[in-house]
Amino acid sequence: MISLTSPIETKAHHWNAGLKLAALCLSTLVLFSIDSLVIKSAFLAFVITLYALPGPIFMRYGLSKLRILWPFILIVFLWHWWVQELLQGSAIIIRMICAVALANLVTMTTKLSDMIDVVRFITQPLQRFGLNPRILELSIALVIRMTPVLLNKGENLGMAWKARSRRRSGWKIILPFTLIALDDADQVAEALRARGGLTNQEKN
Amino acid sequence: MEKKIAYIALFAALIAALGLVPKITLAFGVPITAQSLGIMLCGTILGAKRGGLAVLLFLLLVAIGLPLLSGGNGGLGVFVSASGGFLLAWPLSAYVTGLIVEKWRSGPLLLVATAGSVIGCILVMYLFGIIGMAIVLDKTLLQATGFVTAFIPGDIIKAIIAGLLTAAIAKARPASLLSRPAQNNAL
Repeated sequence: MISLTSPIETKAHHWNAGLKLAALCLSTLVLFSIDSLVIKSAFLAFVITLYALPGPIFMRYGLSKLRILWPFILIVFLWHWWVQELLQGSAIIIRMICAVALANLVTMTTKLSDMIDVVRFITQPLQRFGLNPRILELSIALVIRMTPVLLNKGENLGMAWKARSRRRSGWKIILPFTLIALDDADQVAEALRARGGLTNQEKN
Repeated sequence: MEKKIAYIALFAALIAALGLVPKITLAFGVPITAQSLGIMLCGTILGAKRGGLAVLLFLLLVAIGLPLLSGGNGGLGVFVSASGGFLLAWPLSAYVTGLIVEKWRSGPLLLVATAGSVIGCILVMYLFGIIGMAIVLDKTLLQATGFVTAFIPGDIIKAIIAGLLTAAIAKARPASLLSRPAQNNAL
């Protein structure tokens, strides 16, 4: 499965993932605490510069990830245009774009394995409450492995439907799909148990 | 233990797969993403704790950068966008939905699962979603509510579908309905 990490290697790829995340939290807090439109615009210019540094392909890909924001931009724009407070509206839009763009930047420049290391670090205190870190890591791996498997089975289901009916399958196809997931879960559970289970790993 | 982990992981994968399958079109021709249906099913089938954990696991994978949200979205940015409140509410939504299915034993499953989905995955989810949207877009709660009401009818339809699916799954795989363990003798 492809993660959202950019294949274009940047310097930031080698930075410590935990530090990047901490910096992201801090800058998002700062972003939400400043009022000045000028500073916000400068912030936006800074973020755009960060996107531009690794080159045009990186920038184009990064900006395409911001497309999910356009409905909100449209709503805020129309609203503030209606109440004639466009300056305030643009401040809100800039703040939202900056926050999402910065967060995406961290995602684009951090490898999945580095992120998992951060998750391991953050969840360490939870061990005291009985969370086995290996179980969490196994669960992550299981989801990453099983999503394409389920997807493939779902596509087969869709094709089987199409071969038999000219009508759309609609939501009814989700029933056999969920049953497939449940059966797979039973098989995975049996397979895990057959390989020694999870509970006795704690003693190793 | 293994069964719990496998169910939690497979349902996290199911939410992902439901978001990635080509869109499912409802009878009225309204395309819906089935992803929030997956959240409802996590609650109604896995129950409160496991359902909530499955959704939490799914969101963790989204946060560390896997493009599992419908439309291939993911990463950290989606959590701070205007709809981030909805995402953050997902685990609690599945938990509340599951809790209702677990505790309300007297009613028929179809009704209970639908009601659970409406309360958990519409009321709770919209509450957090609207608060999140009000913060990010700098609007009052009432204004933010106005922006999202258009989506509520579609979600009510999804809750009914979740109820129908849960009742059908209870018949097809009674042992898999972890939210109602008393109903199956296999465990």
